[in-house]
This record gives sequence, C-alpha cells and structure tokens, in this order.
Amino acid sequence: MSKDSNSGNTIEIDREEANFHYDVNYKHDAGMGLSEDTLDYISNVKGEDQWIADFRKKALSVFHKKKMPTHWASEDLDSINFDEIRYYLSAGEAPKRSWDDVPDEMKETFERLGIPEKERSFLAGVEAQFDSEAAYSNVKDAVAEQGVIFVNSSEGLAEHADIFRKWFGKVIPTGDNKFSALNSAVFSGGSFIYVPPGVKVKHPLQAYFRINAEQFGQFERTLIIVDEGAELTYMEGCTAPKFETNTLHSAVVELVAMKDAKIQYITVQNWSANVFNLVTKRGLAHENAEVRWIDCNIGSRLTMKYPGVVMKGAGARGEVISIALANDGQHQDTGAKMIHAADNTTSNVVSKSISVGEGRSTYRGQVHIPKHLKGCKNNTECDALLINSKSRTDTYPAITVRGNKHSTQHEASVSQVSEEQIFYMKQRGLSEAEAMSLSVNGFVNDLVREFPMEYSVELKRLIDLEMEGSVG
Amino acid sequence: MSSLEIKDLHASVNGIDILKGLTLSVPMGEVHAIMGPNGSGKSTLAKVMAGHQDYEVESGEVLLDGESLLGMEVDERAREGLFLAFQYPAEIPGVSNANFLRAARQARLPDGEEIDAVAFYQEMYEKMAQLGIDKKFTGRAVNEGFSGGEKKRNEVLQMMMLEPKYAVLDETDSGLDIDALKIVAQGVNAMRSGDRGFLVITHYQRLLEYIVPDHVHVLYEGRIIRSGPKELALELEEKGYDWLKEGELVKN
Ligand SMILES: Nc1ncnc2c1ncn2[C@@H]1O[C@H](COP(=O)(O)OP(=O)(O)O)[C@@H](O)[C@H]1O
Ligand SMILES: [Mg+2]
Repeated sequence: MSKDSNSGNTIEIDREEANFHYDVNYKHDAGMGLSEDTLDYISNVKGEDQWIADFRKKALSVFHKKKMPTHWASEDLDSINFDEIRYYLSAGEAPKRSWDDVPDEMKETFERLGIPEKERSFLAGVEAQFDSEAAYSNVKDAVAEQGVIFVNSSEGLAEHADIFRKWFGKVIPTGDNKFSALNSAVFSGGSFIYVPPGVKVKHPLQAYFRINAEQFGQFERTLIIVDEGAELTYMEGCTAPKFETNTLHSAVVELVAMKDAKIQYITVQNWSANVFNLVTKRGLAHENAEVRWIDCNIGSRLTMKYPGVVMKGAGARGEVISIALANDGQHQDTGAKMIHAADNTTSNVVSKSISVGEGRSTYRGQVHIPKHLKGCKNNTECDALLINSKSRTDTYPAITVRGNKHSTQHEASVSQVSEEQIFYMKQRGLSEAEAMSLSVNGFVNDLVREFPMEYSVELKRLIDLEMEGSVG
Repeated sequence: MSSLEIKDLHASVNGIDILKGLTLSVPMGEVHAIMGPNGSGKSTLAKVMAGHQDYEVESGEVLLDGESLLGMEVDERAREGLFLAFQYPAEIPGVSNANFLRAARQARLPDGEEIDAVAFYQEMYEKMAQLGIDKKFTGRAVNEGFSGGEKKRNEVLQMMMLEPKYAVLDETDSGLDIDALKIVAQGVNAMRSGDRGFLVITHYQRLLEYIVPDHVHVLYEGRIIRSGPKELALELEEKGYDWLKEGELVKN
C-alpha cells in the first residue's frame, strides 16, 4: 500500500533528503572559538578594507556586552557554546558562474538539493552558499542587462562600495540585538542585490544557504536595495545535515524599498533539529513602497525570528505572512515587527503556527503606531493549530497605538486536530501522517495560495515529510 | 470464506462492558440490518470494527474475508476494504471534500503510482449527481457547517468513491427527509453486488423499506438476541423491543 505522498506532485519523498554531508578540505578555517583574531582571520582571507575590519571589531564588543535575552526568550539559548563553534570555513575559491566549475562535493550537494534544476526552470538567478562562502553565483543575462546586481556580500563590498556602505547596517544596527551584533562581527556570504529604478524583475532571484560542516556557524549577511518603482521577488532556502553537536545559523537581512518599490522576500527553511536559528530581518519601506515577508519556518531546535518593516514613507505598506511548524523537540519563536513611521501606512500580519507532539510555538508581535501620525492601519491575525495535547503555544502581541486616527484589528485563534478527526481520516484509508499533513495543509492553505506556485509545492512537500517524521 | 465475520466479541469503553459476546456474519453479496434500541451498542460495534482507540477489545474476533482485523491499524483496515459511514461524521476544517477524497483514493494506490486527476474528478461529479449533491460542494471543507442530511450524503458519496468490500452504515437515515432518504438508498442499492457486503445499522424500520435487507438482527445490551428475515423489522416496528427483551430473558 502506498504510504508515501498524497500530494499530487511528482517530487519523490525522502525524509532524509537533506541529511547528508561531504568531507571537504577547507582551505580557510578560522578554527574554534571567537576572538579578535577570528575577525582578523576573516578580514584577511577576504582582503577587506580597514573600515570593515573596524566595524567587525566594534560589533564583537557589542556582542560581548549584550546579555543573552533569556529573560524573555528561551533558556535553551544558554546551551549554545560559542567556544565550540567554527566561525569561518571556505574552500578559498571565488563563486563560479557555471555549475561545471563548482568543486565536485559542492556541486553534488546542490544537485541533491535540486538547485540547478530550479534555476533552469523558473529562476532569474541563483546564489548557492556552502558554509561561509558562495560556491556558485549567477544571474541570467537578460536580468543582468537590466542593470540588476546580484552578488555575495564580499563582492558587493568590493565592487559596489558606495551603495553598499550607504545602507549597510542602517536598517538593522549592530546593536539591535545580541545576534545581530554577532553577525556584524563575523558575517560572511549572503546576497547583495541592487535593482535599478523602474526595473521589474520578472522571475525570482534565489539564494540557498547550505551548512555542511559540523560545529559550525553560518552568518550570512544580505542587503537588498530596490530602487524607485522597481520590483523584486527574492527567495531563500536553507538546510543542514543533522549532527549530534549544535549548529548555529545567525543571519542579518536588510531590505530597502525606495519610493514606489516592491520587495517580496520568501523564506522556506528546513533546518535539521540541531540548529539554533537566530535571525534578524527587517525592511525599510519608503513612500508608497511595499515590503512583504513570507516566512516559512520548518525544523531547527530553536528559531527566533521576527521579520519587520519600518514604514518610513507615507503610504508605505508592510506585510509579514508566516508559517511555523514545531515538531517534537523544536521551538519556533517567531513573529513580526511593524513600525509605522509615516502617515497612511498599512501593515498586515498573518501568522499560523502548528505545534506537533512536544513541539512548541510562540508568537511575538509588535505593532507601533505613534501619536503624531494619522491614517495608519494594522491587521494582525495569529492562528495556532495544536496536534496532540502535549503541544504548547503562546501568543504575545504587543500593539502600541497612540492617538485615535488609526485603525487596528487583532484576531487570534487556537484550534486542535482532534483524535476524532484523525480517526475519521484514517477510516478513509489515510495513514496518521497523511491525515496530519492534510490537516496542516488545510490550516495553512489560505496563506499558501498567495505564494508563487513553486514554493507552495515545496512547502507542502516539507510538511508531508515533517508529518511522516513525527509519527516515526 | 468471503464474509465479514464477528465472533463472540466482547468490548468495553472506560472499563464499562458494552459488547458482551456478539456474533454475526455478513456474507459477501448480502445486506444485513442491525436494529436495536438506543444505547444497545450499535455504534460501539461499528467503531470497534473500525479500530477506534477508545474501545478495548476484551475477546473475540473480527474477520474480513478470513483475515483478522483486530491487530491492524485503523487505516489498514480501511484499505483492506472496510468502510464505516459514521453516525456523527467529524468535521475537518480547511480540507476540501475533493482533496480529501483524492487523498483517500491516492492512499489505495501502490507506491509511485499517481491518481489520474481528470478521471477522478469526472467520476466524483457523476457520483455527486447521482446523490443530488451540488458541484460547489467539492470546494467546501469536509462536513464543516454541513446540515445533518448533507453529512449523511457525504458519507454515502465517500463510500461510492472508495468502493469498499464491506460497508457499515451507522444510522445513515437519521437526519434525512424522505426524499433524501430515497436518494441515499438508491446510491446504496446501486452499489449492492455479489462482491460487496453491507451492515446497515438503523433505529427505524423506514430505511429498510428502501434498502431491503437479506437478514435482520436485533442488538440488545451488547448481544444479538434475535435474527430473522426482513419481516422481522416490521414486527419490531409494530411491537417495539419489549416483546423481544422478554424473549431474551427467557432464553437466559
Ligand atoms: N466513549 C464512551 N464512553 C462511555 N460510554 C460510552 C462511550 N461510548 C458509548 N458508551 C456507552 O455505551 C453504550 C452503547 O452506546 P452506543 O454504541 O453509542 O449505542 P447505540 O449506537 O446503539 O445507540 C451506551 O450506554 C453509551 O453510553
Ligand atoms: Mg449509535
């Protein structure tokens, strides 16, 4: 009897698909632990300007000064041992423009993850990062000819210093939180994108962040600037093999949407259960611009991520649509930050979390509308689905709205997939995992419908895998 | 050998004995009715056969074409060919009827084989038409906000789509007006065949005018106390159950 997929798509299901790694001879290895030497090593390898080296060192001291946020967040953060992590690993080669030139083990990795295939079928460009550096980076000619820049952060710094420096660290200052400071100290990889005025990039640009090494931290830094009236969809995927030891992933992503620009940033991450995923993401929306985060968090041991939009120009719009799935032994601590800083700005937050078994979901939302503004709107909706009674879900919405010229709306719900529902579905011949998948997919369906088709297929597949895993 | 066979079944829920030595055989190709007063254990029997986790089987056997069902998972039993039309069908928010049926059909295919979507939809629409179900129904969530009658029709639609070897219909007539009852009965009758068996649980004789059974059994306090031809149903309608209860006492 078929117990595999009821998905109607043709991608083969293999729960262990991302759980593999290759032995790689890293040419550059900053070694275990974090000190000023580590930063010097990274700056040296990259041949960075002095101002960046200084920026890193300042960030390191901010990192040391900041307390672990365990007074409000999970105490599990204290299990991270910063001395037993390697902060920089690379093969010492520039990113390749052709897959044929990518070293074998890296090429095989990305082939197993289906990246080149996706690139051929629907992407405008791909950057594939392997541990600390991109192994491959390419943007289709037609897109490059429009003046779109899509490179890694080091290349962005070296080749496009003026525009990079103008926005770097401006949306998310080093001291925003302990992990943004850590990233600022040791960042490597990530994307730098610039879309010139009026250019509407038709197909998505994609980055894939792959962790291969054990006892390692990945700290990519992404900066995306979409100029006046331009439009971009960017997609990131992430995976890592499952190790006994902890892996750290701590990215900083800054988006800048100039007047009338639109950015849609889609994340579908599927971390293994040993990954601490502590990411800071924020967008700055100028007049009439739109920043939209679509954030799907599957896997990891602990994810803390609250994508935000600062609506700086009048009429700007911000949106966070998130789906978090916490399985046994996982904690998804996610949410959204909406900062209204101009009149007639609109924000929308829709968060759906699913907790399975001992999995735990937390929603933290922050909506800030100051008194001196008028005509601001926020809609916040968070729905939680619990599959079995051991699951836990918490909601901490903080909506500070001053003044009376605004409209806000907040809705929250918690629902259960009951044993009777599962029994009913099983009586029709569905396995427990299939029944749970169907319920979970049904729960997130109205959100997924808004995703580009390729990603909704991907997400559905990941949910199927995750449910299969949860019933063992 | 081809039969749905229940042998001396004892089952309890929360430590209370409900089925107390129930024996019954539905040969393939036949329709058997179970009648009995409220609380006699009719739904319990249906759920025990299907494998509901709340019910403890103390002893006895349930065999589907000679194969024991009791050791199997709920979904395995279903894929072996057992279908239960629930007295109170669950609501599944967010899952459309079409997706649900499609997943259930897909689950019956061998590994690597994909359902033929076009043929599936065509078949579903035909069967819906037979049952007088509106086309818009496919996009609605399974049973969510359905009237009692709509839920029962949906159970029958699912049965028609899944083509089980043995179907247990638990009070599928309740909540249906006479027109709906006729339509549902037509659906069931159209499925009657030499290679399918039915166990029709009902409280009223009315349903059995439209789905005429080969045999009628009376369930009382967890046991079959009387079996007979279809006329037994009429007798019950006239005389009530008390007449049999006395008989049961005598028998003991
Ligand atoms: N989950 C349960 N917990 C406790 N008692 C139950 C449960 N299910 C059924 N019963 C009891 O078992 C007896 C038979 O119920 P049921 O099988 O639903 O009867 P019927 O379908 O014939 O009306 C009733 O007395 C009922 O209260
Ligand atoms: Mg009943």
